[in-house]
Parts: sequence; C-alpha cells; structure tokens
Amino acid sequence: MTIADLAALAPYIILAITAVVVMLVIAFRRSHKLTVILTLSGFALSAASFPVAACVLPRQVTPLLVIDLYALFYGGLIVAASFAVAALSYSYLDKQQGHKEEFYLLLIIAALGCFVLAAAAHFASFFLGIELLSVSLYALSAYLRHSDRGVEAGVKYLILAAVSSAFILFGMALVYAETGSMQFNTIASGAGIHGPILLAGICMILVGLGFKLAVVPFHMWTPDVYQGAPAPVTAFIATASKGAVFALLFRYFTLLDIRAHPGLFAIFTLSAISSMFAGNLLALFQNNVKRILAYSSISHLGYLLVTVLASGPLAAAAAAFYLTAYFITTLGAFGVVTLLSEKARDADNLDDYQGLAWTRPGLAAVFTAMLFSLAGIPLTAGFVGKFYVMAAGVHSALWLVVIIMIINSVIGLFYYLRIVVAIFSPAKTEQALAHRLSLSGGTVLAALFTLLVWFGLYPGPVIEIIKHAIHFSRG
Amino acid sequence: MILIWLLIIPLIGGLAAWSLGNRNALSARWISLAALVLDAVLLFGLWLSPPSVLALDRGSWLIEFNNPWIPQLGISLHLAVDGLSFALIALTLFLGIISIVCSWTEIRERVGFFHLNLLWILAGILGVFMALDLFLFYFFWELMLIPMYFLISIWGHENRVYASLKFFIFTQAGGLLMLISILSLYFIHGKNTGSYTFDYPLLLGTVMSSRAAFWTMLGFVIAFIVKIPVVPFHPWLPDAHTEAPTAGSVILAGLMLKTGAYGLLRFVLPLFPDAAASISQAMLVLAVIGILYGAVLAFGQTDLKRLVAYTSVSHMGFVLLGIFSGSGIALSGAVLQMLAHGISTGALFIIVGMIQERIHTRETGSMGGFWSAAPRLGGVGLVFALASLGLPGFGNFVAEFMVLLGSYHTHGILTAAAAAGLVLSALYALWIVQNVFHGEPRPGLKLPDLTARETGMMAIAILAILWLGFFPRTVQKIVEPALHSIQCGVSPEKPTPDQGSGI
Repeated sequence: MTIADLAALAPYIILAITAVVVMLVIAFRRSHKLTVILTLSGFALSAASFPVAACVLPRQVTPLLVIDLYALFYGGLIVAASFAVAALSYSYLDKQQGHKEEFYLLLIIAALGCFVLAAAAHFASFFLGIELLSVSLYALSAYLRHSDRGVEAGVKYLILAAVSSAFILFGMALVYAETGSMQFNTIASGAGIHGPILLAGICMILVGLGFKLAVVPFHMWTPDVYQGAPAPVTAFIATASKGAVFALLFRYFTLLDIRAHPGLFAIFTLSAISSMFAGNLLALFQNNVKRILAYSSISHLGYLLVTVLASGPLAAAAAAFYLTAYFITTLGAFGVVTLLSEKARDADNLDDYQGLAWTRPGLAAVFTAMLFSLAGIPLTAGFVGKFYVMAAGVHSALWLVVIIMIINSVIGLFYYLRIVVAIFSPAKTEQALAHRLSLSGGTVLAALFTLLVWFGLYPGPVIEIIKHAIHFSRG
Repeated sequence: MILIWLLIIPLIGGLAAWSLGNRNALSARWISLAALVLDAVLLFGLWLSPPSVLALDRGSWLIEFNNPWIPQLGISLHLAVDGLSFALIALTLFLGIISIVCSWTEIRERVGFFHLNLLWILAGILGVFMALDLFLFYFFWELMLIPMYFLISIWGHENRVYASLKFFIFTQAGGLLMLISILSLYFIHGKNTGSYTFDYPLLLGTVMSSRAAFWTMLGFVIAFIVKIPVVPFHPWLPDAHTEAPTAGSVILAGLMLKTGAYGLLRFVLPLFPDAAASISQAMLVLAVIGILYGAVLAFGQTDLKRLVAYTSVSHMGFVLLGIFSGSGIALSGAVLQMLAHGISTGALFIIVGMIQERIHTRETGSMGGFWSAAPRLGGVGLVFALASLGLPGFGNFVAEFMVLLGSYHTHGILTAAAAAGLVLSALYALWIVQNVFHGEPRPGLKLPDLTARETGMMAIAILAILWLGFFPRTVQKIVEPALHSIQCGVSPEKPTPDQGSGI
C-alpha cells in the first residue's frame, strides 16, 4: 500500500479512528457532550480530508475499493448527513435516560459502512459495507429499549436485513459460479447477462438491494421501522443508508446497460411504477407523520429509479442532484420531528403539528419548506430535483414512466398538504410552553433550510460539481 | 434592471410586512401598499421613458433583461416587457393595490402573514407576465400557487380547506403537464440545433413533426385552460373564488385567470401556430359552451359570491373565443376583455365582500332593499352589474363587441350562440340589482354605507372601467404591436416582411 493509497483512503481511516477513539473515551469517561463533540469533529475531519483524497483520484485501492469523485461525492453526502444526524441526536437523546454515548459509536460505524458501499468495487467490500451498516442499524433502531415500538422496529429490521443479506450472498455465489469474478467491473463489462444462473444471481442481489432501498415489493418494513425507530435514526435510514445503496446500484446497473436487457428493464420499470403508486396511495391513509414520511420515501425512491431506467450522463446528474435534494429535505423533515419529540414519545401524530405555525413559527416554516420540497414545489431544492429527473425521463423518451410520475406528484400533494393544513390550522387552546430550541438542532435546521432554498434558487454551482463527479466515474 | 426590481420590491415588501405585522398590523398594510405603489411608480417611469410603449414597433421589446441563471441546463433569467405584458402588469398592480385596500378591515388575524402571501402572489403573477424563459415561466407559474393556497386555506370562509386543496391540485396537475411539454420542446430543439435552451425567442420556430407539435402543445393548452378556466376544467373555480377572502377572490378572478389567457397568447399561438390552428375549432366550441354554461349556472346561484364566480366562467369564454377566432379585431377584443373583466369582476367581489362584512352572509335570500339603507353601496353595485352585462360605455361592452365582431366573419353560428350569452348576462346582472339592492329591506337591517376608504377605492375602479369603455384606443395602441407579432406566429425579434391582416 503506497502513500497515495493511504491518501485516497484518508476519509475512511479518519472515520475508523474516530470510532475507536469514541469507544475508548466512553470506556474512561462517560460524557454525552464530549462524545458528541468527538463524533462531530470526526465527521468534520473526514470531510476535511476529501481534498487530500481528491488529489490522487481516481484510484483503485486494493481490488476492494475504487475511490473516484463519484465515491467521494456520495461519501460527502453520507458524511454530511451523518454529521446532521449526530447533531440532531444530541438534543433528542439529551431528554432520554440511560447510556447515550454508544449511540454515536454505532452511528459512526453505520456511516463508515455507507461510505464503503459508495466506493465498493468488489463483492467482498459490498458485503462488508452492507453488514457494517445493517448491524449498527439493528441496534440503533432499538436504541430506546423502554419503547415497545423501538424494539419492534429493531427486530423487524434485523429479520428483514438478515434475509436480504442471505439473498445477496446467494446471488453473489451464483454470479461468481458463472463468471468466476467478484469484481463488479469485470462482471459488468463481461459479455452481458446470459444464461439463467447469472440472471438469477443478479436478480437475487437486486432483491437484497431492493430491501435496503425499500422499493416495492420489498417495502413492507419501512413504515414500521420508520415509526418505531428514534427520529434521528429514521433520518439516517432514510438518507445515508438508502443513498449509499443507491449510489452502488446506479454505478453498476448503468454499467450493465439495462436498456439492452429487456428483462431487467421491465423489472426496474415495474418496481419504479409500483413504488410510486404504493408509496403515495398508502400515505394517503396515514395519520402518523413518520409513517407518512416513510411511504413518501418509498415513492421518492420510485422517482429515483426513473434515473436508473433513463441511464446516461443526464440521468446520472439527475440522480445525484435528486439525492442531494432528498437528503436535505428528509433530514430537515425528520429534524423537525426530532426537535419536537418529547421524552416519552416522538412527535409523530398529526395532532402534534396542529397550529405549529402559530406556536413555534420557526420550526413550522422549516417543516413547511421541507414538505413543499418533497412535493417538488419551486423555491426548493426538491423542485429542481424533480425537474431534473423528469428531464432525464423525457430525454430518454420514457413517456409512460414520466406521466405516472406526474400523476403521483399530484397524489402526493394530498398528504403533504394535509400536514401543511394541520400546521396552519388554529392552535389548540392549551398553548405549548415556551420551548427553547437546542443550539445544535437549531443550527442544523437553519443550515438545511438555507441549503434547501439555495439549491432551489441557484443550483448552478452544485450542478457543476455533480457534472464533474459523474464524469470521472465513467472515465 | 427595472424588471428585476418590479419583482424584488413586492418580495421584500412581503417579508418586511410579515416581520413587522406581528407587532403592528397597520404597519404591515402600509408597507405592502407602499411596495406596490413603488412598483407602480417604476412602471409609470417605464411608460414615460423612451421608447414609449405607445410607439413600440411591432416585434420589439420595450425593455429586456437577460442573465444566465443555471447555464448548465440552458436556463436564464430572461425577462422582457412588450405592450401586452405592460398592460397586464398595470392591471396586476392596480388590482394589487385595490386588494390591499379592500382587506384593510376584513383581515384582522395574522395580518403580517396575510400580506406576505398577498405580495408574493403578485410577484409570481408579475413574473409570469414578464418571463421569457420557459423554465422561469414555469417557476413563477408554480410560485404564485403556494401563497394563494395559504390565502384561501387560512383566511377563507367555511369550506376553505376543501376549496384550497381542490384549487391547488387542479392547477398543479395542469402545470406538471405543461412541464413535460416544456421539457419535450427543450429536447426537440436541442436535438435539432445542438443548443439546449429554455429561451423563448430561441425556441420560436422550432421545427417538429406535426404529431410532436400537437402533443407538446396539448400540455401547454391544458395548463392554460385549467387556469382560464374552460368548461370542463372549471370545477375548482367556484369553490376557490367563493371560499377565498375578498382579496383572494379579486386576485384569482382579476389576475390568475388572466395568466392562463396570457399563456395561450404568449406561448401556444407563437410556438405552435399550426397545431393551435388545428384545435381552434374545438376551442371555439368550448368557449361558447363556457359562455352559456357559466351564465346559466350563475343565474341559478343563491350565494352571491358563487354567482359572481360563475360569471367569470362566462366572461372568460369571450377571451378564449377571441384568442382562437383568428381575427385581429377579436384578439384585440380578448385582451381588452381581460382588462375589463379584471376590473369589473374584481369590483363585484369587493362589493360582495363589503356586503358580507356588514351582514355576515352571502345568501341572496337574506338580502334586499340595500339601496335605501346604503345608497352609495347601491350605486356602486348598479354600476358594476351594468358593466358586467356589457352596457355601452363600459370596457366590457367594447371588448365583447370586438370579440363578436371579429369572429363573426369566420364563425357565424358560434358567434351568434356566444351573443346569446350577452342576453343571459343581462338576466343575472339585473337579477342581482333587483334582488339585492331593490325590494323591501328586511326588518332590522343595519347596513352602514361605504366609508371614505371604500368609496375612494370603488370610485377609482369605476373611473378605470369607464376609461376602458370610452378610450379603448389607448389600450389597443399599447397591445396591438405585440398581438400582431403573436398572430403572425413570428418572434418579436425577427419581423418578417409579411404584415399579416390589418386591424
């Protein structure tokens, strides 16, 4: 391993060291505040080392990882999202009893898993990333052990993630048996997908990825886990975990050129369409904000799959922008839920939001902006993202999918506006006590809100960065 | 830069009104008023400064602003004003000021937030009337919806949540279809020329197969005729207009409906001249159906506000008729109708609002004899009822007459049917006067007459509508160069030797 390899791996190494440091510090001195500061500075340092890594790009580090701008771009998203989640968790966990410090340890490891996925070039690193992520998430989902729903969420996630890992392993075995390689690139650039065994293997890997992305028909766990897990963990599952898996999926399935494989193309089309419909239609019947956001995230992954179908430079840029916007929006939305939550339960009932605009106008403004972004309305990043994805769809002449996307955007309005209506309806008579927003949570939300409007109004610079990133990943 | 300021002033004014309105409601009202008056002064300056809008050549912009926005996707901040935009911007500011004045006492809760929404809607509408980049146009098109949604759902009447949702979903669905069309136009043009752009002047004259042109146009047309609205896309209108607060109804009827007609004029006719001609027959039939259907339904309403809302469906039918008739006179009449209808219907909604503020109902059954109790209110009501039925002397008469005159040539039977709509409008207008202002006053009726603020506001509206009726030529002079180039399907940038049919 050369110096250049180490430089390329610097963001990973820093994250790993942070995990070790946090673990050791917890052993000697339990302090919630100290742990958070260590965690946040670990994420910040890792992000700060990106320029170092960027000097030696693109680089294949061992057969396992390929560090290129694509990996760094998604890695950046993941690290930034984990940073936001850690900051939000501080005010959330501060109200809870029991040990809080290990939460951050798990969070760092999960983030590391996501980061590995974004750069995985080999079945081994792929599986390693998935397991690092999943194992941490079992514990994180059930972190508040006094809550029944939390434990339920943890167990549910454990069983389904274990099943999906099994699928992935079996799929890998089949693919390896057929092609004799575990390198994604070699497999993808092989003579295409021929023969039932290879196809079966790829489909089984897809099943595993589908579970992680929660696209139909592998979406059943989402609402329960979203509802049961602590709000910041839900934010992590919805953003970093899905984003990392999507980065991997997009990288290799567009390499496979799925438009040349009618079977795969049909599978993706069906999954995209049914995710949009299932997510949006089921969300209509929910009264629980976390469940609404869960179903909404299913439909958003459906929109994202449109970019996989469209495949091409425009689609890659669209996917990256859409994910960025989705990260900001989802973190913001769950951030508001996190900050409103109390010790006993998360603020996930629609009633908790009634009259929020008049009792806590700041949070209400952020939440409303996030909901509008999810609905894809101008002034927000979500609007540009949806526009971009639609442009990719129209460019590849996917008329059916684009029309269905539009129908679904309209259906989506119903339930996003339901929350907005609640926020702006008259407040309940008993006024909430004057709350003080925690510093960390307030800063994160303000930053997310600024980014949301900035990317909505002036997305030029981000698009420029994205174009660079995707350009390198194909070169 | 003036164009950017026209947009920024209301946006900032709205934020200022919001932040100050929490402490002092009156300051929010004055700030909003000041912002719009400042905008109006800017517009007046534009009027005075050369080149005069009256002497504008066919096919040139009065003022233009073009700056890259998202260059990676070929999106620019391209704003421009020609005669047509100028007239509609003037209408926007006029009705904007009126709607702030008319909510002076009606809105007492969350005043700051109300004015934020009001000014942001106006900014969105101004943007729609100025945008020359299709992405920017869509941006403003959507931007004006959200504050309007809030306006209806927070300050509206009994059924406001339902009405605001319906409004939002109808217009959003139409807007998204337009977005697909914008995108397909973008890619067709990009494929043809290699330059991917949303710039309107560049997209003009894009070559495409007639099938592609038809479907692309259809997305635009649906978005616009939902807004106008054309039967059968009108169900959102009566609910939204009825439930909105007075200022909301004024803006909806006076301005938002006009954005649909403006879209047809600015985008559908010039971008897809042949495809537009191919659907003109169907559009004319829909227009006539709208005229008659709106008038008949208006007559059947017992809720005064709903009645006025349905008259909008009827009057906007004339606009559609004028746009698709293919005649220059009718086109000019359609624009005049947009202005006259904006003022007269806006005023009617204000009158209903004033009545409701006083007697707390909109049911015509519990009205009557208002004239004797409040003569000024009665007088104003009579004036606008007569304007609405198209009495000579008012702008509406000139406009409807020109539309009928222009389209009679080519579509005799349809025009005759549309003329029947005039008879029906006389019916409901006189019925309003008869039932609301005459007859026996109800026992115990307490109806304070118009205050000085209300009288002044209505007097200005009356002057405006009379001016349109007596001096329509001024407006025509302003808008006709723009209409010429629209009608010839030629970009204002590149006039052709063909002068088209004279007006």
